[in-house]
Order: sequence, then C-alpha cells, then structure tokens
Amino acid sequence: MSDHDYTPKSKAGKWFNDRLPLLTLANHLTDYPTPKNLNYWWTFGGILTFCLITQIVTGLTLAMHYIAHADMAFESVEHIMRDVNYGWLIRYIHANGASMFFLAVYIHIFRSLFYGSYKAPREIIWIIGIIIYLLMMAAAFMGYVLPWGQMSFWGATVITNLFSAIPLVGEGIVTWLWGGYSVDNPTLTRFFTLHYLIPFLILGLVVLHIWALHVPGNNNPIGIDIKKPSKDTVPFHPYIVIKDGFALLMFMIVFAFFVFYTPNILGHADNYIEADPLVTPAHIVPEWYLLPFYAILRSVPDKLLGVVAMLSAILILAALPWLDTSKIRSAVFRPLYKQFYWILVADVLILGYVGAMPAEGLYLLIARVATAYYFLHFLVVLPVLGLKEKTLPVPLSITEPVLGGSPNLATARNKESLK
Amino acid sequence: MKNLFKIFSLVILFTGSCLTSYSAEKVEYLKTDWSFKGLFGKFDRGALQRGYQVYTEVCSSCHSMKYVSYRNLAEKGGPEFTEAQAKAIAASFEVKDGPNADGEMFTRPGKLSDKFVMPYENVKAAQAANGGAYPPDMSVLVKARGGGVDYIYSLLQGYEDPPAGFILDDGVYYNKFMYGNKIKMSNQLSDGLVEYADGTNATVEQMSKDVTTFLMWTAEPHLEARHQMGFKAIVYLIILTILVYFSMKRIWSRVETKV
Repeated sequence: MSDHDYTPKSKAGKWFNDRLPLLTLANHLTDYPTPKNLNYWWTFGGILTFCLITQIVTGLTLAMHYIAHADMAFESVEHIMRDVNYGWLIRYIHANGASMFFLAVYIHIFRSLFYGSYKAPREIIWIIGIIIYLLMMAAAFMGYVLPWGQMSFWGATVITNLFSAIPLVGEGIVTWLWGGYSVDNPTLTRFFTLHYLIPFLILGLVVLHIWALHVPGNNNPIGIDIKKPSKDTVPFHPYIVIKDGFALLMFMIVFAFFVFYTPNILGHADNYIEADPLVTPAHIVPEWYLLPFYAILRSVPDKLLGVVAMLSAILILAALPWLDTSKIRSAVFRPLYKQFYWILVADVLILGYVGAMPAEGLYLLIARVATAYYFLHFLVVLPVLGLKEKTLPVPLSITEPVLGGSPNLATARNKESLK
Repeated sequence: MKNLFKIFSLVILFTGSCLTSYSAEKVEYLKTDWSFKGLFGKFDRGALQRGYQVYTEVCSSCHSMKYVSYRNLAEKGGPEFTEAQAKAIAASFEVKDGPNADGEMFTRPGKLSDKFVMPYENVKAAQAANGGAYPPDMSVLVKARGGGVDYIYSLLQGYEDPPAGFILDDGVYYNKFMYGNKIKMSNQLSDGLVEYADGTNATVEQMSKDVTTFLMWTAEPHLEARHQMGFKAIVYLIILTILVYFSMKRIWSRVETKV
C-alpha cells in the first residue's frame, strides 16, 4: 500500500491514521481497482467470505449449548433442536452451511482452473487457497463427528484408521490421535477443540489470501495483465460490492431453501442414530463434498498407496502453477485446454458419484479409470498441452482490444458472449 | 446476466440431482398425502392427537421417546392438547424421582416438565424383554431412516406371509418393506385396535398414518415454524434481490460494461 497517497480529511482522522493506518486500509479496499469484465464466477470469493463468517457465528452459538462428551453429545444436539430458542435454525444453518461452503469453494476452484488464475504472478494466492481448502476439509470432517451419531462415529473410525497405513509408526499415530484404543470420548473432545480452532486459522489465511490477491490484482476472464487503475478497471466500491451482493443474495435463496425445506437431505439418516461402537452401518459414506477423494482412496487396492493417492490428489493442485506450462491464462483462448477442462469436471463428478456407491464391480472399475485420468490430466495433459497447443490471439486490453491494429477485434467481440 | 442464469441453473441442477440420488431408494413405498409436506405444510392436529394415542396405547410399551417432554404436547405446532389435558396426561405416568431428604428414591405423578417415561430402565433391560432386539427410541426415528415417513408408514402395513422357501427364525417376522425383509417386531396393528376419542375409524391404514404423523412431529417439533419462517425469508430475499439487481444496473450504467 506504499503506492497509496491517502490523507484523511478530518484532523482527528489524520491523527489516528498516522498512528494506525486503518483509514488508509479502508480507502485501499474501497478504491481497489478491479477489472470491469469480471463475470459472475468471480462473485464466489465474496460468497465464501460470507460462508466462513456464517459458520463461525452459528458455530459459536452452537458451542454455547453443545456438550462435547460421548454420553451427552447426541442428547445435547437434540436439546439444541428442541429446547434452545431457534436452536433448530442455527443448527440447520450450520449443517447446511458446510455444504454450501463446499459448493461455493468448488465453483471458486474450478473458476480458477478455467481462467488460469493460479498462474504467475498469483501462485501464492493459489497455494494459500489450497491450504484453506485442506483446513476446510479437516474442519468439516471433525464437525461431522460432533453430533456423535452412527456416521459420525464410524466416519471418524474409518478416516483416522487411514493413518495406520503409515509404515512402522502408523498404529502408534492412530492411538495417539484417538487418545485411546478406539474412537471414544478423548477423540470427541479433541475433535471439538480442533473444530473450534480451525475456522480461525482459515480466517487468518483468508486475510493472507486477499492480501496476496491485492498485490497483482484480480485475474479476469480474458486473462491478460491490465493497467491499474485504467479504463479497464472499476473501483471495488460500489461496482464490485453491489455485484457481489447481488450474487450473494441469489446464493442465499438456494441456501435458505435447503435450511427451511430440506434441511436433512445432504446428511445421512444414520447420523440420527446415536453412536454405537458395537453396530457397524451397512455403508459408511462421507459427506458429499469428500466423495471424489473417497473414491480415489478406495480405487487403490493397497491401503498405504490408497492414502498416498488420496493425499496426492489434493496436493498435486499446489504444483499446478508449474505443471501448466501454457503462457496463456484464460481457457477462452485455449481451445484444446477448454475441452480437457470440461473432461476434468466430468471426471471429478464421476468420482463423486462412484464414491457414494459400494466399491465393487463396475463402480470400482469406473473409479479406477477416473482416478487414473485425474492424475493424467495434471501430470501429462497440462504440461504437454502448454507446449503443443495453438492458442487463439489474445487482445491487448479489455476496452481497447484493437490497439495497434491487431486482428483480435473479432476474437475479443466474440468472447463478449462468454462472459 | 446470461452467465448468472447459467450458474443459478447449475446450482439448481446440483440440488435436483442431490434430491433424486438421495431419494433413489429401490423399494417403492406406500404413498399417502402428508399434510406437512410442501412450502406451507402443517401438521394435521387431529392426526397428531390420534397418533399420540396410538403411540401411548401400542408403541410405548416397548419404544421409548426420551427426548420429548409432556409439555411439548401442549406447545404450538404440535398436537396442541390444552395445558390441562397435557397435565392430566403427564400425571397419569409414574415418574421415578429423588433422592429425597432421607436419601430415598420415590415415585410421583409426572409433571409437564418431565420427559416421556421410558418403558425400560435401560437398553439391556429392553433387549432382555424383546428377545435381544432393542426397540429403537422413537424421538427422531423418522429422520434416522432412509425412507423417512413413507418408510415407517409402509413398514407398519408391510406384514405379509413370507414367500415360499423364505426361512424365518423364531421371533422374526416377514415384512416386505424392512431391509432384508426380516423384522423382530411382530405386526402390532389390527383394525379397531384403538378406540379413537374423536370417533375416527381406526383402520390399520388410518393408525399407521396417524402414528407416523406423530413421529414426524416428535422428530421435527418446530417443522411448522420452520416452514412459516422459510417462506417469509425466501420472499424477503427475492424482493431484496430484485431491488439490488436494479440498483446494480443503475450503478453499472455509469460504465459501459454489461453486468
């Protein structure tokens, strides 16, 4: 913000700002030059911030009434649902909010994949994003354990057991994670503690994510570097604020529909049965947003390699800025990449579907092919494509694509429809 | 704007596919009209009161309902017995309390604040009395079963003679809607089993529907409040969205870019 010459008008404001430049920060945030051609896929950053704050606020309220004890957790959730004023509302917002959070984060990630937002100079934003995503998964998983229903208990058992795949120390680590020889009260209390902690870590990382974003500025649908501020940009306030607000309201309508009319559709019925260590559910399935990775885990016959594959599937994303060798950011100008992009989307959806199905027969075969393709996309397709692909000509700016008589006008015009 | 609709329809599609994939149960359950479904769904007060009667006279001898209190029976959105009726219902049960000043446990008539009295002291006692099977607590039973109300409604009417060659152990019964078709609860309902106070004909179908409605309420006691608030919230959001849309159009008209 050193490039920022801002002086508060009032004397008191100046006095304060000289000591703590909060007003400069506020001014930076309102004036922040944003590409004016950002489409609605770009509104999910704001939506995600809303999701995080909603989860924290509802979570704090729930924590005031919830009891983290193996004998009382389930009952305390029912207490919240029945006797706490609007407890049902707060809990349903929190439970469905997790799903909404993941829905938004997947759109956000796939937007980045389409428009090449992870490429230089935005690698750090991207990597922080991946860390946030990992923490989100940890928080969501531990949160699902807290009601201490059957899926909570058995999900926790299955996932923590993955660590036993680590050679030599695996069993020891699992005992250490559980705080005993099975998932029990010590596991529940530590999961509660961590579930409470992680959102604040995420909040801190979100600040870094936005800070890192504000250094190079936003990418945009045509993926070119733009001058800031210029004719290509608009100030964040009011233009982007109102647009994000509008998109957020649309999102909230969907959110509200889930909360008020089908609050349990995304959960599993078994989680309304209190945890019983002696009864194993017929199918243990994680929440929908973890299903693609669950499918990858189960598609590998060896336990250790399965865990490695699952972790690699996420961590490979962190290497994406270097795996994608193309100089062109936006898929708009990469006809081949665009096709591979949609194949990847389909691939992940297929993985999600087979993740919900029993790991046998045709499902298992599909899971294996889809897993192989997932890695193929990142390890082979992207590096090769960047070197071989014939890209379309890229306009020079958002507003004046024809400067210098380049033949790109038609391209730029046509791409208007892609916004 | 075109893009926005694309996103919006994608989200709707996602929602739709969730709904269908989660409801894609293989079994065809019996269908009936539930008054509590839909945007304005409310409980049928009569059905709730009759359902309570079926629960008390039939189910409650084995199935507990430990998260529901007698006071709930008089609360808004439930069976809405009068407070006097709810008090009388509570008082008809013996509640174990104590210890008193002498350190003795004692029994007293139930109060509104008491939870429903359980038929057995604990799970082990329940199992011992039911051939090893634990009759599940019914407080949230509807939400704890994949098919929800349709499943419970069907199960109660799903008792049949087993097909030829189907082997049943002692104390196990055939039910066409049960997972694996084997159930440890025998058929509990028969026409005219209870005598409804409001004169409704107590057919098996009627009792199944009433008691299932009652179970839906015990699982979701705030369902009516939820539907009412949901409608208001969504209408409010839609109006606000429209207003914000026009404000956005107005603001963006200053720059020559479509939003």
